[in-house]
Amino acid sequence: MPRKMLPLALVIVAVLASIAGRAEPLITLNSVTVDLPDSGRMFPGPGSDAINNNCLACHSAGMVLNQPALPKSAWQAEVSKMIQSYKAPVSEEDVAAIVDYLASMKAAR
Amino acid sequence: MEGGYIGGPLTRRFLLGQAGMAGLALATTPAWAQATIDLGLPGGPSARPITTAFPQKAAMILQRSRPPLLETPFEVFDKGVFTPNNEFYVRWHWAVIPTEVDVDKFRLAVRGHVNEVLSLSLQQVLALPRVEMAAVNQCSGNSRGFFEPRVAGGEWANGAMGNARWIGVRLKDVLDRAGVKAGAVQVRFNGLDEPVVSDGPDFMKSLDIDHARDGEVMIAYGMNGEQLPLLNGFPLRLVVPGWYSTYWVKMLNDIEVLDRPDDNYWMKTAYTIPDTPHADIKPGETGVKMVPINRMVPRAFITNIKTGETVQASAPTLVRGIAFGGDTGVARVDLSSDGGETWQAAELGKDEGKYSFRQWEARFALPAKGNYTLMVRCTNSDGVAQPAQANWNPSGFMRNVIESTPIVAA
Repeated sequence: MPRKMLPLALVIVAVLASIAGRAEPLITLNSVTVDLPDSGRMFPGPGSDAINNNCLACHSAGMVLNQPALPKSAWQAEVSKMIQSYKAPVSEEDVAAIVDYLASMKAAR
Repeated sequence: MEGGYIGGPLTRRFLLGQAGMAGLALATTPAWAQATIDLGLPGGPSARPITTAFPQKAAMILQRSRPPLLETPFEVFDKGVFTPNNEFYVRWHWAVIPTEVDVDKFRLAVRGHVNEVLSLSLQQVLALPRVEMAAVNQCSGNSRGFFEPRVAGGEWANGAMGNARWIGVRLKDVLDRAGVKAGAVQVRFNGLDEPVVSDGPDFMKSLDIDHARDGEVMIAYGMNGEQLPLLNGFPLRLVVPGWYSTYWVKMLNDIEVLDRPDDNYWMKTAYTIPDTPHADIKPGETGVKMVPINRMVPRAFITNIKTGETVQASAPTLVRGIAFGGDTGVARVDLSSDGGETWQAAELGKDEGKYSFRQWEARFALPAKGNYTLMVRCTNSDGVAQPAQANWNPSGFMRNVIESTPIVAA
């Protein structure tokens, strides 16, 4: 596991008048450094260029690939939300390509 | 149990047998994620990798790598009422998450509509009176994957929840130290995570001033006797007992007292629910008043019997699980072994506090061989019971329908 605990940087002992005399476990806070894994995966198949180029900056592909089948209108709404609410910089022609990819990959039956 | 841990790792043959999407699932499983489980989500896709690749975490269900969404495998909830830190679920909104926190340099700001702006070191926070509380932390969208019709979002089964003994200080004590000015309306909380896109909405949540000062809302620096895992909010996390986890801001480093209602995206638009009983509307219904999600509602789960399991007919069988009352304690848990026709009271385990999980157990005997459905229903101390019908809303929030577990007597 790619994790490294820094040497004990600070030991904080929360001994207070209110709990003096009580044998409570003390919490010590130690600095932490971690590595977060990334999946490195791409959206597969034809028509995936736009979604790979625009969407993976904010989230990994698995989030999308774990979604249920939804109507094309729902995919359109999701892509619009990413652009309008979350400010994803996606060009107009790429929007259509992304929605088409999602609708073909995740079409409601 | 619906959404319980259904079966172990799937075979390659099973995956290959699923046309189309299964091939895709294989192609998109990160190389570092090995085994797979089936969450039993209606209509699928239902297979998820199990991963041990995340720091300070044991085996978790991988819902999303970046930013991390990690679900607690359901069998963990059978081990006791406290969810181990290394198996506690993880949910982040933006992918810019500090991977290093220096406890000497960290500061908690208290500012806004206050008499004195504070910049507190961790030593100063820990020097405040210490409090402890057991409380359930549950994602607003826990169990979203069981909504029908399905909705977009994190497709959780029932493991986007956990219960811990939180150790920390009262938010009230911190606010009092800064001195809240007259006319304060809300208190807004922000953490160290940041939007990936520079003009994206930073994740912030607010509580009404009276709620923030109720003496129960905490700033936690400890979780089950240890410091918090980084992915659960090290070094400080807001604890809002009885309220959904969206308010439990992680890596809390900024508290702003507001003299106006917070209209930021995460309060006004995201995490809102229909202002209807059970936040329930008909699919496609529009023009409904929306309000910020708030108090949790009661739930109960079976933890020792899985969907489809076989038990002995005409013999007493032990069933046990966990329940929580939502925004208050568990008054009773009832079990039905005949699909809801008749109910029997379960025996409640130790009371760890009204916001905690509570264990329950009961014995039942099925009269003859055949198919049966176990159901378990929690009623909280306010007399609120779980509904028989599942709610629906477009965000997949606040599911708390009575859980049903088909079993076989043989």
